[in-house]
Amino acid sequence: MYIIFLMIAVSVTVAAAFLGAFLWAVRSGQYDDDYTPAVRMLFDNETNAKPAKSAKKETS
Amino acid sequence: MEAALQTNVQNCYHCGDACVDELIMADEKAFCCSGCKTVYELLEENNLCTYYNLDENPGISIKKSLSEARFAYLDDAGVEAQLISFKDSNICKITFYTPQMHCSSCIWLLENLFKLNSGISESTVNFLRKEISLTYFHQKTSLREVVTLLTRIGYEPEITLADTDGKKTSKPNRTIIYKLGVAGFSFGNVMLLAFPDYLAVTEGLQRTYGSFFGYLSFLLSIPVFIYSARGFFTSAIEGIKQRMVNIDLPIATGLLALFFVSIYQVVSGTGPGYFDSFTGLVFFMLIGKYFQQKTYDTLSFDRDYTSYFPVSVTVLKEEGEEEAVAVRNLKVGDRIRIRNQELIPADAMLLRGQAMIDYSFVSGESEPVEKVMGEVIYAGGRQVGESIELEVVKEVSQGYLTQLWNDSVFSKEEHQNVSTYANVAGKWFIIVTLIVAAGSLIYWVPRDMEMAMRAFTSVLIIACPCALSLATPFVHGHTLRVFGRNKFFLKNTAVVETLSKIDTVVFDKTGTLTEPSAAELSYTGKELTAAQQTSIKSVLSHSTHPLSQRIFQSMQGEIVAVDNFQEYTGKGLIGEVNGNLVRVGSASYIGVKADAVKDTLKTTVYVSFDGVILGYYTFYNVYRSGLKNILTDLNDKKLAVLSGDNNHEAARLEELLGKEAELNFNQSPVQKLEYIQQLKKQDHQVMMVGDGLNDAGALRQSDAGIALTNSITNFSPSCDAILDASAFGKLSKFLRFSKTTMTIILATFAVSLVYNVIGLTLAVQGLFSPIVSAILMPISSLSVIIFATLSVNIAAKRAGL
Repeated sequence: MYIIFLMIAVSVTVAAAFLGAFLWAVRSGQYDDDYTPAVRMLFDNETNAKPAKSAKKETS
Repeated sequence: MEAALQTNVQNCYHCGDACVDELIMADEKAFCCSGCKTVYELLEENNLCTYYNLDENPGISIKKSLSEARFAYLDDAGVEAQLISFKDSNICKITFYTPQMHCSSCIWLLENLFKLNSGISESTVNFLRKEISLTYFHQKTSLREVVTLLTRIGYEPEITLADTDGKKTSKPNRTIIYKLGVAGFSFGNVMLLAFPDYLAVTEGLQRTYGSFFGYLSFLLSIPVFIYSARGFFTSAIEGIKQRMVNIDLPIATGLLALFFVSIYQVVSGTGPGYFDSFTGLVFFMLIGKYFQQKTYDTLSFDRDYTSYFPVSVTVLKEEGEEEAVAVRNLKVGDRIRIRNQELIPADAMLLRGQAMIDYSFVSGESEPVEKVMGEVIYAGGRQVGESIELEVVKEVSQGYLTQLWNDSVFSKEEHQNVSTYANVAGKWFIIVTLIVAAGSLIYWVPRDMEMAMRAFTSVLIIACPCALSLATPFVHGHTLRVFGRNKFFLKNTAVVETLSKIDTVVFDKTGTLTEPSAAELSYTGKELTAAQQTSIKSVLSHSTHPLSQRIFQSMQGEIVAVDNFQEYTGKGLIGEVNGNLVRVGSASYIGVKADAVKDTLKTTVYVSFDGVILGYYTFYNVYRSGLKNILTDLNDKKLAVLSGDNNHEAARLEELLGKEAELNFNQSPVQKLEYIQQLKKQDHQVMMVGDGLNDAGALRQSDAGIALTNSITNFSPSCDAILDASAFGKLSKFLRFSKTTMTIILATFAVSLVYNVIGLTLAVQGLFSPIVSAILMPISSLSVIIFATLSVNIAAKRAGL
């Protein structure tokens, strides 16, 4: 039954890692704007032939 | 679109406006003006037409194109340094506020700016805050070019005096999210460790590992106690310092009792402690606080005049050269040049040019006012027409309007509202709790010492008004959402409670009671023949003056050719139609004798035909639709009107508002403020509804200042709430609903009281055990949250909001 010490230690460590990840996410501003990214991801990539190449270069 | 086709009026491909005045075709697409067409061509050239595919007619009408020379001040290194947030040898970073942003097309275009200007390396939009953050190479492009580009495609950034006031840290407050995260982490883990306590079958486990679990829970609770719960303790201490009991005092006592009893139990080995309840409580209450804090980030409620005034102004040097000077450095005696659509930043005397000043920012009056040479023009007006020259007579901060902000009302921090429901309830709560705790102590001490301690601490713990503290934020938070859905935006949740207590409503007249963009007109004089009407209409069609436009739109008939048309700014028009000389304009221009002018207070436009005066048009204010209903609904409250205008509308207002209403005319901004002060001294709870900068003092002074605006993001003076003009008709409903929510809060208090009575009965008998607390705590919290949410939504539906 002493395995329970190890189990709890592991579980708390994992939870702490998640807390750390959460705090980092807040800190890096991911919770500041919860609207624009949702719209942004729906924009299609350029499909037009010629100027799209140069545009792609700039984005990359 | 179908309807538009049927009536043969096309909608602009760019901005979606109906092409009434002119129709420009390009690429088989219709445009309402050349401005829109130019933007389309610019986007087309750069292959950015996806813009038009994402949303229909996403563009912003560019009818009012202004001289781009006005951005000259952005070349000034000092101004640039104040605006940009970061600069190194290569790149610059800057954030602009662009209120025109309104759809996903806007996001797309603004994030593809680099295709229009290769000097821009990156642009990121925060749609909710209507901000765009740009990174650009300052060797390749300049701040001015970036701003000009944004303006050209219709997204002119708002750059005002406030931006140069030093760096505003506009970063959203993340503290509450951190606190929530920490509390949630601890709550989850402690709950896991406390679980064996709840189940009888795991007694063996509990015996073996009990103290280990206890110490671990204690360890996990420390960050909650020190960090997450700190707000409750500091608030309670502040309350004590001010010699008053607020809602946080019973909460803080409860939390302290919970925490230290738990430590005692763990250390002495007498029990597992209540760390699960402790962390859970803090977590739930923080959710309530988060809910309460969630206000409208995008709206600014604390603007003063600096948010409207430009950063710089063109100053004329002695040799006649122009120089951009920061508005703050303007000195008395400086000669300034104000171009079309520019704001006058300081009280100044007119030296040269035809001044037509639009004071809509200040008073809500949209009709431009004509000023003659030598007259002092107050700051805040916007010049319409040609460029004018002025001499500054007062520094910016000493002006007629801006001195309002020197009043002590603006320097005072808003004090905490002492008599909120929650605080009053909290006060009684702690008194009763202490009496019950002392009573149980007195009862148990002679009988059983250990039981006495247990009952005493249990009472303190269970009586922690968690439900009480949750009720108010949740009810208010939901009310805020309901209001927001109806385009009534409150600064914070405390305003809901203030609104429910209002007994006096004060209105500004111009722009608030009246519709700024509409005016009724009537014609007095000899009846006009159809031919005469056609002639007058034709002459008017050449003028862009707002009064001419109004009359023009009200007239029937066709337009015929006009010869020798002349417009004398500020006076009137002249033109020949079919050989008849038509003159339209002010009384003095037409040649009406001053004593013959019957009503000098009203806006009138005279018409003469071949030198014979036919008659005149009179303009009336149009009151907002729904005004009558609101005023009838508000008849249980004291009503008053504060107008900066003269009293020619007194009779109509009295008819609308009733005999008891106080009507005050010719009020200066400071007088308005003092009037509100007077009312407050008589113990009235005052709500002020206004729209212009001249109401700013009164709005600030009143208990609830409501700014009315036609466009939420555009303009509003500092206030407690912003009301969209289209929702003006619901004003009385909002007031009534805020009252309903207070009843809901009382009902929620009653619900939580039931829990507390049950809990206290158990506690005084010493029956309070971890299992009871584990069940009672979350259930009471959750049921209060659910009850608050449901009842507010049902009440809103019933109120028709």
